[in-house]
Amino acid sequence: MATLATRPTGYSDAPSEEEPLNYLNATHGWKSWLLTVDHKRIALLYLFSITLMFFMGGTFAILVRLHLTSPNGLFSPEVYNRLFSMHGIVMVFFFLVPSIPATLGNFLLPIMIGAKDLAFPRINLLSWYIYVLGAAFAIYAVARGGVDTGWTFYTPYSTTYSNSYVLAAAFGVFVAGFSSILTGLNFIVTVHKMRAPGMSWGRLPLFVWAHYATGLIQILGTPVVAIALVLVGMERVMHVGIFDPRVGGDPILFQHIFWFYSHPAVYIMILPGMGIISEVISCFSRKRVFGYDFIAASSMGIAVLGFLVWGHHMFITGESMYTGVVFSFLSFFVAVPSAVKVFNWMATMYKGSVTFDSPMLYAFAFIGLFTIGGLTGLYLSTLATNVTLHGTYFVVAHFHFVMVGGMVVAFLAGLHFWWPKITGRMYNEPWAKFAALLVFLGFNLTFLPQFILGYLGMPRRYSAYPPEFQTLNVLSSAGATVLGVAFIIPMIYLTYAWFFGPKVGKNPWEAKGLEWEVASPPITLNFEKTPTVTEEAYNYGPVEEVIG
Amino acid sequence: MSTLTDNKHEVTHGHIPKVGTLVAVWATLIVLTFCTTAASYLELGEFNIVLAMAIALTKVSLVAWIFMGVRYSTSLTRLFCIAGLLWLVIMMIVTSSDYVSRGWQYQAQPWSHAASGGDSK
Amino acid sequence: MADTLVAPHEAEHDPHLRHHFANADQQLDSATLGMWTFLITEVLFFGGMFTAYVIYRSLYHDAFAATSMVMNVPLGGINTGVLICSSLSMALAVRAAQLGQRKAQIISLLLTMFFGVVFLGVKAYEYHEKYIEHLIPGPNFQFPEAPQYFHNAQILFFLYFAMTGMHAVHMIIGLGLLTFLLIGAYRSKYGPTYFTPVEMIGLYWHFVDVVWIFLFPLLYLIGHTK
Repeated sequence: MATLATRPTGYSDAPSEEEPLNYLNATHGWKSWLLTVDHKRIALLYLFSITLMFFMGGTFAILVRLHLTSPNGLFSPEVYNRLFSMHGIVMVFFFLVPSIPATLGNFLLPIMIGAKDLAFPRINLLSWYIYVLGAAFAIYAVARGGVDTGWTFYTPYSTTYSNSYVLAAAFGVFVAGFSSILTGLNFIVTVHKMRAPGMSWGRLPLFVWAHYATGLIQILGTPVVAIALVLVGMERVMHVGIFDPRVGGDPILFQHIFWFYSHPAVYIMILPGMGIISEVISCFSRKRVFGYDFIAASSMGIAVLGFLVWGHHMFITGESMYTGVVFSFLSFFVAVPSAVKVFNWMATMYKGSVTFDSPMLYAFAFIGLFTIGGLTGLYLSTLATNVTLHGTYFVVAHFHFVMVGGMVVAFLAGLHFWWPKITGRMYNEPWAKFAALLVFLGFNLTFLPQFILGYLGMPRRYSAYPPEFQTLNVLSSAGATVLGVAFIIPMIYLTYAWFFGPKVGKNPWEAKGLEWEVASPPITLNFEKTPTVTEEAYNYGPVEEVIG
Repeated sequence: MSTLTDNKHEVTHGHIPKVGTLVAVWATLIVLTFCTTAASYLELGEFNIVLAMAIALTKVSLVAWIFMGVRYSTSLTRLFCIAGLLWLVIMMIVTSSDYVSRGWQYQAQPWSHAASGGDSK
Repeated sequence: MADTLVAPHEAEHDPHLRHHFANADQQLDSATLGMWTFLITEVLFFGGMFTAYVIYRSLYHDAFAATSMVMNVPLGGINTGVLICSSLSMALAVRAAQLGQRKAQIISLLLTMFFGVVFLGVKAYEYHEKYIEHLIPGPNFQFPEAPQYFHNAQILFFLYFAMTGMHAVHMIIGLGLLTFLLIGAYRSKYGPTYFTPVEMIGLYWHFVDVVWIFLFPLLYLIGHTK
């Protein structure tokens, strides 16, 4: 095999006779899918349901942006409140939190550590059913008109004054939380107990480290938002509760309990994405990840520090200024591990043999967009500037940069990178490059204007705005349309590739990692024989010059 | 933990507690319950809650150590126990810091002598 | 750490060994770590309510203390004792499973379930008592014993129902799990080579006891002296 950094021109080296047995064709019938315990099939079940929820959340986004093209909007304020609330609830709890772990994590984690499945395959399947049940409640809430509390369910509006379907939506989120907990639990135990011989912690792919750290956050944080929602539900039913000022309750206490999870939740969303980026950058630079130890440690650092900063969501809602000072300082500190990763990724590319396949395009986009998102977080962590920026579109732009520009872009990178492994087929690369470019352009057109709008003072969650903000809003909405189209394109060509794409062999990208040493698609038990690991991770050879 | 062995009988989780130990723990727990109930009727001011929590922690430690088998568990299990408790403590302490410090008064001071119109330069 | 070597696939297969595990040790280790991880989530779940309790008790100490007047301390104390007994019988059930003693398993599990049902019965009686005495927070709440704390006392009672209610839900789930174990014990499923479910459910049951050990002093014994 050449060590030159070239790409094989044809991907098809799979046998042209009848298809070998793999996890997709091993058994047939709907029962074999709905009652499967194969982590790979469960990953696909999740992929299907998460994609549905993404498009539901995306539909709300389009309606919101449509409404905001004119200063007084298209819908009534009451409807607008429900639109942005449902957009947030569906996207945060039913897309962002589960997406990468439940799909790519489920599929790849066991293979990457040399295991035949996760530690608890039946609990894995149960977690999917729990997710579907939660989603059903959310969809029911939507069908009955949604909630208008914002995805944050702040009291006393959610407990006392809102006339919307708070209980149904909160219950849906509560249920989905258990799906997340079970996934995290499974990953943690799997990484501790199911590694193949020779797969020490120091040889784990960074994707695995990322998912392990994510699992820790899921375990420690999700139960707290669960109880917060239970308490809101109880208060709604009993018409009095611990967040009710009439009996001496404090609405801010809800915010404490809520954000204790919901801030670490954003790290649940981004850490797996960062894991993907480590894998993609390494492969398409043909080089070991620079500073492996630091990236692994930074994942753990983010998991821990992420739990200590939640008050930065509450600087001006009523928490003590002194507590705010502490949270502000810690919020600056939590940016450090993320920055460590960005620098290490850049160093990985330096003097590497970089190629610009579509997964790598997404990785580049990630680094730029996530950095902007992260840096703008620092403005928000600064107490003085937070006073002006809280509750404005600056915040909206910030979190969309890290969530969409970061996480969704990383998800797309990962989907493309591992699609040949999952399906055994390669997708259309020119279309993929085009879609990546369109995502990048559409995304920036949507959200860069929002930084300016926030700086100029446009409040978020308002259904109307002063006419002088219209131009920027229209630009943002135009961008949203482009972005919406850009998200649909990969759906089409990836689905097409699944059925009609050229078949590939084990390792179309010539990447390092146990998942690239098994068949594409893998057999049900992943390995014919449990491997023994003797190499460090990312053991790419020395990069040689490409001649001619 | 024990590594792979061909002897099926060694593939158990090891330690089987003695009945006497379990009963002794049970008796201690019952006694401590009486203690905590009785102690609540003593007038000790702030120390009441301290005493109540000390007894509760003792009871919980006994349940965890003996009944739940932490005594014979791996260091990984113990690490997980401690982490869970630590995270709860973090949540309680940091949230409490808000309520403790809300009432603190902040006296704005001029931040430089010159700004306050002090000595001429 | 699971640096175990792969066992040659034994001709005589352990019926309890699931295929993705290399050996029974790995399977039991995984189950144990998994259950402890789950218990951590329960610590944080109840912990949210305990945090609320800590905050409000410091804010409204006198109101909280006043509620002890109407708490049924004898019943609370009895229930604490009942749960401690159930923990003993559960530990004995695990021990019996480890030793393969079928009859002892069945008796211990039945005893544990009995204590659990007694606990829930006492709880139901207490809740009924509270209902009659208008101590459920809301429009019908009355607190003539200390009218100056009429509002803040409702916070304590809300936490009382939330925490003991959530605890009771966990007990009911536990009874379901114990029924599952009882059936298994009856069918001689558990013995020295395989008693994982008994041990795991035992951990869960002890944890539910641990929660109550904290709830009892915090809800019932706050301030008799005041």
